[in-house]
Amino acid sequence: MKNIKFLILGIFFAIVLSKTQAISWYRFYEMFKFQSFHMYGIIGGAVIVSMVFMQLFKSGKIKDINGNWIVPKPKKKGTIRTILGGTFFGLGWGISGACAAPIFVILGFELIPAIILLIGALIGAFVYGLLSKKLPH
Amino acid sequence: MEFITQPWPWFIGGPLIAISLLLYFYFGKNFGVSTNLETLCTMAGAGKISDYFKKDWKERDFALLFVVGLIIGGFISSTYLIPNQTIDLNPKTIKELTDLGFSNVGNQYFPDEIFSKEAFSSIKGFLILLVSGIFVGFGTRYAGGCTSGHAITGLSSLQLPSLLAVIGFFIGGIIATWFIIPLIF
Repeated sequence: MKNIKFLILGIFFAIVLSKTQAISWYRFYEMFKFQSFHMYGIIGGAVIVSMVFMQLFKSGKIKDINGNWIVPKPKKKGTIRTILGGTFFGLGWGISGACAAPIFVILGFELIPAIILLIGALIGAFVYGLLSKKLPH
Repeated sequence: MEFITQPWPWFIGGPLIAISLLLYFYFGKNFGVSTNLETLCTMAGAGKISDYFKKDWKERDFALLFVVGLIIGGFISSTYLIPNQTIDLNPKTIKELTDLGFSNVGNQYFPDEIFSKEAFSSIKGFLILLVSGIFVGFGTRYAGGCTSGHAITGLSSLQLPSLLAVIGFFIGGIIATWFIIPLIF
């Protein structure tokens, strides 16, 4: 299984999010209330260090495992979709304290509530798929 | 040993998240989690109802393995690595939440008011989890990414759509914590 490395990377990422408390409901509440630097430090730190990696990708100093240049896929454009979609996402994130990756990590902490969240997220993704052609982007 | 049992500070977390992104790209794939929600819909047969989901999920088996890793990692953390879930919260946060009727604020990762058996087995508690899940799933696909895809990958590669998405994340998150949470609790 050549993809087993992604399984190990998932375990590592989940441990990082757990040990830094980045999956805790309270940490997100504090962040949206501007009452703590903790989450800003984590997200900001991740973005700044990643920027350095992006430069190394761009200059070809870091290539992927097969020797290919690393080019991050351009994100889909659209002002309405990003702002409005982002706002919907933020509403769910602010209430439940869980975004996409933490939902799966929380399954390992609080199984049943996380299953309800996950079923909701799947319904949400499904509804988007159904409506995608009709929604403004 | 102390490093294993203690919480890790933010300045360890940021770089380790960036290293996860680096490895993900090094392994030849784009870093992001929320596309898996669509892949899971496809696996469950959503392609029969909408062409949007007619995709070959086997092409994304690496991402599904990453997700399985997230669940295993969560289990390992909760069982072995976090003997004490106390969070060092701002006293203001503790007071606010206590005033809203939350108990044991910051003594565990997840508040009993949303995640305990009593909470999620009530109709209100069940709907809070389900509806916020729907918002997360719908919003992330509409916006074209989540925290890892937009906030980390997109911002660090200087993509404008990601900046707009992150602004959206904060508009939603602020409405939720400042207005909706006090309304529903």
